[in-house]
Amino acid sequence: SYFIFFSFQQRIEIHKLRQGDNLILGFSIGGGIDQDPTQNPFSEDKTDKGIYVTRVTEGGPAEVAGLQIGDKIMQVNGWDMTMVTHDQARKRLTKRNEEVVRLLVTRQSLQKAVQQSMMS
Amino acid sequence: MSVAMDTESTYSGYSHYSGHSKKAHRQGRDRHKSPRSKDGSRSEKSVTIQTPPAEPLLGNDASRTEEGQDDNWGETTTAITGTSEHSISQEDIARISKDLEDSVGLDCKRYLGLTVAAVLGLLVFLTPIAFILLPQILWRDDLEPCGTVCEGLFISVAFKLLILLIGTWALFFRQPKADIPRVFVFRALLLVLIFLFVFSYWLFYGVRILDSKDTNYQGIVQYAVSLVDALLFIHYLAIVLLELRQLQPMFAVKVVRSTDGESRYYSLGHLSIQRAALVVLENYYKDFTVYNPALLTASKSRAAKHMAGLKVYNVDGPGNNASGQSRAMIAAAARRRDSSHNELYYEEADHERRVKKRRARLVVAVEEAFTHIKRLQAEEQQKAPGEMMDPREAAQAIFPSMARALQKYLRTTRQQQYHSMESILQHLSFCITNNMTPKAFLERYLNPGPTLQYDRDRWFSKQWTLVSEEAVTSGLQDGIVFVLKCLDFSLVVNVKKIPFIKLSEEFIDPKSHKFVLRLQSETSV
Repeated sequence: SYFIFFSFQQRIEIHKLRQGDNLILGFSIGGGIDQDPTQNPFSEDKTDKGIYVTRVTEGGPAEVAGLQIGDKIMQVNGWDMTMVTHDQARKRLTKRNEEVVRLLVTRQSLQKAVQQSMMS
Repeated sequence: MSVAMDTESTYSGYSHYSGHSKKAHRQGRDRHKSPRSKDGSRSEKSVTIQTPPAEPLLGNDASRTEEGQDDNWGETTTAITGTSEHSISQEDIARISKDLEDSVGLDCKRYLGLTVAAVLGLLVFLTPIAFILLPQILWRDDLEPCGTVCEGLFISVAFKLLILLIGTWALFFRQPKADIPRVFVFRALLLVLIFLFVFSYWLFYGVRILDSKDTNYQGIVQYAVSLVDALLFIHYLAIVLLELRQLQPMFAVKVVRSTDGESRYYSLGHLSIQRAALVVLENYYKDFTVYNPALLTASKSRAAKHMAGLKVYNVDGPGNNASGQSRAMIAAAARRRDSSHNELYYEEADHERRVKKRRARLVVAVEEAFTHIKRLQAEEQQKAPGEMMDPREAAQAIFPSMARALQKYLRTTRQQQYHSMESILQHLSFCITNNMTPKAFLERYLNPGPTLQYDRDRWFSKQWTLVSEEAVTSGLQDGIVFVLKCLDFSLVVNVKKIPFIKLSEEFIDPKSHKFVLRLQSETSV
């Protein structure tokens, strides 16, 4: 048997949680065009400078909405996130007047060969 | 003349008075008022003719007669004749026409110095040999026999003397390329040191060995070896003092020519002012473009126009209100609508255009001439294979076709007196011999080159005087200014110290000092 990597896109809607004066989403991001892409443990292509989810807090809004660690964020509320700096990404996610963010993420999945299952 | 008088270091006439320098230079201040006999007497004593003192020639007298006659300036300045204070005697005329190199002649002072040094050197060289041989000659029978160690020392003495000889020849026996007025401080010091040293060794030898007839021959030979060792060390000291110390650049000197402002920078080490002046002059001949008085006429005519523009009349009566007059002139000049800048601009633009046009014609003419030569050469080869064409004939054949264009170009750039027809023909045959292209041939004529490139008669700058406030044997220091004067212009030399550079070491993480993207950072949102 062999493994196939494939990625699929998913839309995730996160409702921000109010904590004191801040609205938090409950996950951490890494990456950006001003960052070092070779240090990204989640990307398949080590020249990929996109924004990745590096941590998801337990029980937070992101986990509830179905965001997983290792997801690559492609869009936030329609804004492209594939060619932004780290700081720009942070700003787009933490806009004060938005309570809901709609993310378009790409997730890689590891699947055993379909053939094997078909043969067996 | 300023009150703080410059020390005019003219040539050896004054070096005799080096001990009484202050007195001599105070006499120098009144020099131009003193009777001529003083200079006449100096000519008897003067020994260095390399560059005669800067006696003002006939042409320069106007500047001196102005003093004390300011109020009559307009009326009494007439054609300068030889009857002014600076009448020049026969021997001065002969002296003035001497060139830079003709003066390697009978210079008593130089020969004196050389003979003293040579005699001392010979003495010093023969001393160890004398130390070894004298006991053998004088009391041979009493001496202990010379064993192996002793004979080994003979060999070492012989080789060390040989090395010393070669080293001294390499260091000191070089043709002097210049003669300077004051003595070399370091050389004199070294000579004195050597003399004292050898003298003390002889003293010791004479008292302890010759008088007492010491029989320990090995000890004597070792004594001679120690002398040779010490001489080698003095030679090392000489190298360091005379050669090495000046090599490391410490000062940047800026040399500016007074007439047209052409300037250069040179790096010098710890030199005395006179040696620095020598270095500057040596480099002047190869770095600065040749001094061309014809190029200065434009600015001179402009200056004359400015001067002639305003005349001041003193209406209020005879009062020598000089400052008031100058103030009035400046104010009037400021108010006047002067269009001389306009004239200058258009004149220069016009001149440039003319030069470019003539240059284009010249380049084309020369290229045609050179292709003509190639054709001629090809024909000659066909007619008589293997026979080379005479370059001189070829040059003469093509010269007429480009002579006119070349002459016009030289006239426009005011270089025509630097190149005679013969010199052009010579250069042309030289270029043909060496297979040069037309551009290579023209390189000499398109732009003025350094002074060395031209014929000696056209140099305008063969006799130099060093004028400096500090003594010329003192070392260079930051801020010193001295002037090298020749008849038509002067070189103003400004000495600046090369700044002390402090390089410090700092450890930087190799990852962080290159321009790489920041390490992956993580932000919680």
